[in-house]
Amino acid sequence: MSKEARFRRGITTAVAAAAALTLITGCSSGAGTDTSTSSGGDVTIELAQWWEPELPDGALRALMDTFESENPGIKVKLLSGPYASTKEQLFAGAAAGTMSDVVGLDGAWVSDFAKQGALADLSTLMKDAKYDDSELASTIKVDGKTQMIPVVNFVYPLFTNDDLLAKAGVTAPPSTRTEFETAAKAVTALGDNTSGWVLPLSSEAPNGIQNDVMSWVWSSGGTMLKDGKPDVTNKDVTSAVDYIKSLNDAGVIAPGSATMKEQDKVEEFTNGRVGMMIDSLSHIDLIRKSNPDLKFSISAIPAKDGFTGERGIPYASWGIGVSASSKHPAESWKLVQFLMNEKTNSKLSTLANAFPGNTKSVPDFSSSDPLFKQAFDIYSKGKPANEFVGLPVAEQLMRLFDEQLQAILQGDESVDDGLKKAQDAWVGEF
Amino acid sequence: MAATNTVVRPGSTKRSTSRWAPTARKLTPYAFLSPTVIVMLVLMLIPVIMVIGYSFMDNVITNKNPVFVGIDNYVEVLNDPVFRTATGNTLFFTLVSVAAHLLLGLGFAMLLNSPLVGNVTKALFRVVYILPWLFTVAIIAVLWRLMLNPNGVINYILISLGLTDKGIEWLSSPETALLAVTFINIWAGYSFYMVTLLAGLQGVPADLYEAARVDGASAFQRFWNVTLPQLKPIIISMSVLDIIWTSQQFALIWMTTGGGPVNVTEMLSTYTYKLAFSRYEFSVASASAVLILLLTMVLAFFYVRHQKARD
Repeated sequence: MSKEARFRRGITTAVAAAAALTLITGCSSGAGTDTSTSSGGDVTIELAQWWEPELPDGALRALMDTFESENPGIKVKLLSGPYASTKEQLFAGAAAGTMSDVVGLDGAWVSDFAKQGALADLSTLMKDAKYDDSELASTIKVDGKTQMIPVVNFVYPLFTNDDLLAKAGVTAPPSTRTEFETAAKAVTALGDNTSGWVLPLSSEAPNGIQNDVMSWVWSSGGTMLKDGKPDVTNKDVTSAVDYIKSLNDAGVIAPGSATMKEQDKVEEFTNGRVGMMIDSLSHIDLIRKSNPDLKFSISAIPAKDGFTGERGIPYASWGIGVSASSKHPAESWKLVQFLMNEKTNSKLSTLANAFPGNTKSVPDFSSSDPLFKQAFDIYSKGKPANEFVGLPVAEQLMRLFDEQLQAILQGDESVDDGLKKAQDAWVGEF
Repeated sequence: MAATNTVVRPGSTKRSTSRWAPTARKLTPYAFLSPTVIVMLVLMLIPVIMVIGYSFMDNVITNKNPVFVGIDNYVEVLNDPVFRTATGNTLFFTLVSVAAHLLLGLGFAMLLNSPLVGNVTKALFRVVYILPWLFTVAIIAVLWRLMLNPNGVINYILISLGLTDKGIEWLSSPETALLAVTFINIWAGYSFYMVTLLAGLQGVPADLYEAARVDGASAFQRFWNVTLPQLKPIIISMSVLDIIWTSQQFALIWMTTGGGPVNVTEMLSTYTYKLAFSRYEFSVASASAVLILLLTMVLAFFYVRHQKARD
């Protein structure tokens, strides 16, 4: 072999070895990354959430800029993604100990993160910061430790298509179950593929159980739990499921329920194919944009006939928590405190078309849809209710109930048998 | 011509290079292979080993101090009626899909290879037939969800033709959901067979057909005795690969039915996903994943053996 050839071989071996080395270092450099950094005396904390894409462009960053100017020395890095990705990212971070300092939370995840020991006890942080929590509308506790604070709440009232109801001879949104059934039957009787109500029961995204099924229980002051444990065979749940079955048997539920998701439900309503749906207020803009001609109203979810108590109204939250592995818990708490103060919380709830987590905050309705003001009145009169918040494997509980409800609606099993199976399945998960 | 006399001194650089040359020569191929080997190790082998390890623990990721529980997770999975339902569904979905892919792919490939069809028509149909293969699974799922909706195009046509009086809930009814997702998968996958078999058909020597004609073979006999034997190696390879791919289908099921209604479209893939990301039972999910891996490895074994036999 010539000297040149040997030299070339040596070089190629070195290049190949360097490539391998680069690969190894490249793969290993990601491990053990510190999510918060200190540079030039500044502390940078991460806020992982799904809110930024759902808010107007630059709105959350602008709030963070305000926070940074009020708290010199603390910088906030936003880690934003869709809801589902945020959940998976947080789970991976919790397992690897690399969770962001401050995290956006859904009530359905809290128990599972708490079980992992991934969240800091906010009560301790509040105590350390001498924070008065009397302004907070609610806090979510697991095993006595405060793990999440709802920043803003999205309520789920009843949406009614004014034109369809008027055409069916229904003059006002129903307030009781009997009125609802009558209205649903009247709308379905219009024909032309219209249905009275829409019920999404997809097992891929089973949140229909929380928003569209259990809402009937909560609106009549009922509960699905007893001492924090499953109790889905009680008379409240049985009565709600019996009622839903009667609606199904009457043929007033839009077809395709078993694989329908929330977005399908909104689409059915927006296209004027269903008279009524239970849905998040956050979809008002979407409905108006998709079908500007659609006239619709919102009202409280109908309760049992003769019910006079406080009506529960389902809600979903943008919650917030602090990672147990954060190296800057005090700074992280400052960010939580900033988001929960009266002024910021009012602003954020206005931007998100939601209701504030601070009892003193009031959203600015001056430039928002008139329905928000109406919804705020419903919200203020009723009681936010969502018993899935803080439960373990909440999504799985919804899915297990969903499977039994589908079997009940298909006529494969009786209401009592289905609920008994759901109860057993839930107890198993607890 | 002047002769050059090179004197090599002991310990010189040249001798040192010569001493290392055999080692370098031996190491060079490994150095070139090392990036791939490292990628395979980090991204494939290590995760597989970790998942196998997880499957023998009580729970991982959500449990900071997991303990060894032997085969408990495997017993739990195998005793779960939903797992058995998912296995049956996966078997039906896979076998029907693969058989239909093969029949449709072969049929369309022969049509496009036929001398009876003009070149322009062939080109047009080639584009039409290959279209499903160009869509991503997400597009296919959304497209068919819309078309099979009770108020969708398919039901509109059926009602217009008087074949039914009201919209059929194709994806939501337990009677039709499994058939509907299988149909969607068939539609999405036959093109791959068609393209591959068309290439195979174009490679069949014309003199074999001529010889068969001279021997008086009918069209069916030519197909049976010439076309099929010539395509056999491709058909076997494609079928084994398709069985592996289809049995692992997740996205299509997840985005159309999510495994419902009432588990009638639950597949092994969706069952495992739900265990991991809905129940956070990562160890039980790992046990289920290992069982799927074993089933797939059996198929992979036959595929590799077939490929070796061909070589």
